[in-house]
Amino acid sequence: MTTTTKPATPVTVTRGRRPGAGALALRQGRLEITQFLRSRESVVFTMGFPIIMILIFASIFSGEIGGGVKFTQYFITGMIATGLMTVSFQNLGIWIPIERDRGVLKRYRGTPMPKWVWFAGKVIMVVAIGIAETALLLAVAVALFDLDLPGTAAKWFTFAWVAALGVTACTLCGIAISSLARTARSGSAVVTPVSLVLQFISGVFFVFTDLPTWMQQVAALFPLKWMCQGLRSVFLPESFGAQEPGGSFELGRVALVLGLWCVIGLVLCLTTFRWTTKRDG
Amino acid sequence: MDDELAISVRGLRKAYGDNVAVAGVDLDVHRGEVFALLGPNGAGKTTTVEILEGYRHRDAGEVSVLGTDPARPDADWRSRVGIVLQGTGEFDELTVAEVIRHFSGFYPDADDPEKVIERVGLAGKAKARTHTLSGGQKRRLDVALGIIGRPELLFLDEPTTGFDPEARREFWELIRDLAAAGTTIVLTTHYLDEAEALADRVGVIAGGRLVEVAAPNRLGNRQEALATVSWRTPEGTVESAQSATPTALVADLAARHGGEVPGLTVTRPTLEDVYLTMIGHAR
Repeated sequence: MTTTTKPATPVTVTRGRRPGAGALALRQGRLEITQFLRSRESVVFTMGFPIIMILIFASIFSGEIGGGVKFTQYFITGMIATGLMTVSFQNLGIWIPIERDRGVLKRYRGTPMPKWVWFAGKVIMVVAIGIAETALLLAVAVALFDLDLPGTAAKWFTFAWVAALGVTACTLCGIAISSLARTARSGSAVVTPVSLVLQFISGVFFVFTDLPTWMQQVAALFPLKWMCQGLRSVFLPESFGAQEPGGSFELGRVALVLGLWCVIGLVLCLTTFRWTTKRDG
Repeated sequence: MDDELAISVRGLRKAYGDNVAVAGVDLDVHRGEVFALLGPNGAGKTTTVEILEGYRHRDAGEVSVLGTDPARPDADWRSRVGIVLQGTGEFDELTVAEVIRHFSGFYPDADDPEKVIERVGLAGKAKARTHTLSGGQKRRLDVALGIIGRPELLFLDEPTTGFDPEARREFWELIRDLAAAGTTIVLTTHYLDEAEALADRVGVIAGGRLVEVAAPNRLGNRQEALATVSWRTPEGTVESAQSATPTALVADLAARHGGEVPGLTVTRPTLEDVYLTMIGHAR
């Protein structure tokens, strides 16, 4: 192929090497993170929300939940889970429709970029922001409200896999729900009520077992309840497991339900994802 | 298939529900050619082009673009095709240079991002966030992303809409450069002067059909069309006659008037006349 310049102008042809697939995904991730961090609303609302909530909750409920355990120890689990859901489910469910509406996704489809690279970029962004946000949340809670961090490697391991599985499920569901929004503006209208209702019924703002039984059962169908429950096993003493609806922290069931939601989310993504808006044919 | 053809289309059809957007289009575009699809809004230009770009699925017909069926695009084919869409997909939080550099990474033989920024006339805006660009500058960014991969075939869907006259001239120069370097170019436009200035051949599309394909100066048999000769009679009314031999008619008139013919004009149909007649018939 000829170079795309005037034949008269002598040009040195720089044969750029295209980065490998892994490098492409990392570049895409870096771009997504840059876009996220430069968008002030995203940073304030996605990263700031859980921190504001823990400040409010830990200040209101400064007492103990029982057995010498502070309320903070209970609420931090809900705030971590909410934070992870916000950065994955809510963030993607709101932003992808905007990008689709603007034609950004259509533009990517017109390039030789492998499709999965775009998804990988989103995942890298969600994981990076999720880790940063959780670390910030823990730092605030430890500094201001004497939060006790998990004391054993086993508990940190549980923390890691519950968070990873939960974020995966929420990311896939966020990508899937993005296809429900017909326009850029309707993204937040679709996603915000879903996540708000889930937060109320999954024991983020209240002690889960204080909720009506039917509400607990509805919540048990969705991932957030299980993320909170898994995290409670990390931040509360072992004896508190007896107060859970199932009589223990049920880590096996936590893994099962979150894993199932990963599968459901993946299937929905593969079958419903759209690169263009409806009016684009 | 013919290797000299960049695009070959036979019997292309596409309907959205009851609305037939493309109603049987046959089209060949040669390698190295600049081809303009000219037509009013809603004529089927964008639908046709987006089928060729691999964005939309057709209902019927055979389509080959660079030897590949665009309904089944692969990465290699995508890297040989440059696309400038009608709507701009904005990357609000990124700078011009960041976007262009990022997209250059998708192509196996990408052009130098700095050079492309220079070529589309955005050198002064390289560090500007894309949302601060004017409409015309955003369009230049679109063009930059279309050519960053050094495409063999470049699609431009209404590329100069919203440009001021000077920006359009500059853009035309860029297109001529690309064409001179051997890039095949397919552009849609509803500007007649743009089609006339750039295209080797023009396809007039109206009502989902290709009404005619010809070199701009031959469209509607413009060169062979009858000339209209008009003049003023002594009574002050304007008389006119259509003639295949206007010179003879003028000589005859001159003889009759014994010299100067008052109010004499000789005209042939302009591209606009021909075009309006064509799309008028198709409606």
